[in-house]
Amino acid sequence: MLSEMFSFPFMVNAYRAGTIVAVLAGAVGYLMVLRQQSFVGHTLSAVGFPGAAGALLLGLTAPLGYYAFCLVAALVISRVHHAERSAQAAVVGTVQAFALASGYLFVVLYKGVLSGTTALLFGSFLGITSTQVVVMAGVATVLLTALVILGRPLLFASLDPDAARAAGVPVALLDLLFLLLLGATAAGVVQITGSLMVFTLLVLPAAAARELSCRPGRALATSILIALLVTWTALAVAYSSPYPLGFWLSTLAFGTFLAAKAVSRVRA
Amino acid sequence: MTAALELRAGALAVGGRLLWSELELTVEPGEFLAVLGPNGVGKSSLLNVVLGLRQLQRGEVTVLGGAPRDAVDRVGYLPQRRNFDPSVRIRGLDIVRLGVDGHRWGVPFPGRASRETWRWVRELVDDVGASAYADRPIGQLSGGEQQRLLIAQALARRPELLLLDEPLDSLDLPNQAAVAQLVSKLCTERGVAVVMVAHDVNPILPYLDKVTYLAPGGAACGTPQDVITSETLTGLFGVSIEVLRASDGRLVVVGQPEAPALHGDRHH
Repeated sequence: MLSEMFSFPFMVNAYRAGTIVAVLAGAVGYLMVLRQQSFVGHTLSAVGFPGAAGALLLGLTAPLGYYAFCLVAALVISRVHHAERSAQAAVVGTVQAFALASGYLFVVLYKGVLSGTTALLFGSFLGITSTQVVVMAGVATVLLTALVILGRPLLFASLDPDAARAAGVPVALLDLLFLLLLGATAAGVVQITGSLMVFTLLVLPAAAARELSCRPGRALATSILIALLVTWTALAVAYSSPYPLGFWLSTLAFGTFLAAKAVSRVRA
Repeated sequence: MTAALELRAGALAVGGRLLWSELELTVEPGEFLAVLGPNGVGKSSLLNVVLGLRQLQRGEVTVLGGAPRDAVDRVGYLPQRRNFDPSVRIRGLDIVRLGVDGHRWGVPFPGRASRETWRWVRELVDDVGASAYADRPIGQLSGGEQQRLLIAQALARRPELLLLDEPLDSLDLPNQAAVAQLVSKLCTERGVAVVMVAHDVNPILPYLDKVTYLAPGGAACGTPQDVITSETLTGLFGVSIEVLRASDGRLVVVGQPEAPALHGDRHH
């Protein structure tokens, strides 16, 4: 079955893109969960929807819209980032609602020819082009390199901003850089999971990994591994079943999370 | 010998409001100084001045013989009461390690250098008596246990000056006594100069070399016997204040403006 599956170029591209996205989502997602910025992550992903729809409306490619909108949204959110927590949640929520509404408008303006609305929202593994994969790989290389360089100070600033600031860590700069990192990651992940299902790869593997290890390095590696296994399995199952990829991704990810919870319960 | 901390005619204003002025302060190596005063008088801001995160309005501050920002590597800092959320699943050891190399870019790779660092982290944890629980997720530890680990973190770079912001706040009485004793041991055995912002002077009274009382627009500094008296405090605050000494040696300050008595009545 595997050799048959990989004889289709679209499946090869789906696996390439899925692998890149899983590594990114596993790593960045772990830090996002640690920083309690899941809501921000979800909003950045929601912004991908009008980004892609708008780009298609203008005759451009969807990925261009994803990256442009997600990064701009990250900058917008960074402006209110230092505001009070409740005020920040309100702004982020407003951005999210507005993004989804604009996306819907663009889809309507496109007048029905845009058959991929479901794919934009709930993900698809069909029609990923080789160019798309190359762009994803390039972006992922930049992001992962940045993550390695920022590594320790980012962890310090995420867990303990006051102590980090006193130790000379540029906390405000790291906050901004992480938001941009998250925006670019979200733009990549939504190309597989769709705007609404992004948590299947951005939150669930990280949440499961957190249950399995409380050492940052190991938990991060576990998060990446879980994201990879979930993505690879979901793609294979989606290929050979009539049900959509988004369903398999979230079901497998959720199952892994429950299993991790159970393991951690037994160990305790 | 260079003083660990010197302030000459210091005055600090935050947001256009003068917090304190005429502050004269000298802390020699191995000395233990407590900073006391009502809420909102700028006790934590004083520590921020020493860290170089805030600038004095007037006067001069010298930290370990130089400008505050040049001494960052030689100053340990424990920010005001941080309770890690129960959901934080990171080991106490990893939190302590952030104090050692959390400010350095990059990620630690396993190897001899990393093993050395871990040995040092274990030694720090041992010194504060936290070895029994340092392997557990910090979010699941009690306030006293977390505080000991955070003190270990503040000691990680072998500071010559240690700044502690209300480290005893919200600890139970036995833990207050134990942490106070631990801090005093650092002064006498390692010659670390300690500046502790405190709400209640009583747990640390037996160990103190000096106290500084901050008041709106003024300050008083000297030995506890000289400063915590009815005459000095009445003169400083301009209202009638009475200092009572209980039979067990505890001090109770009566009539202090806007702040609770030094001891006892803040656990409503």
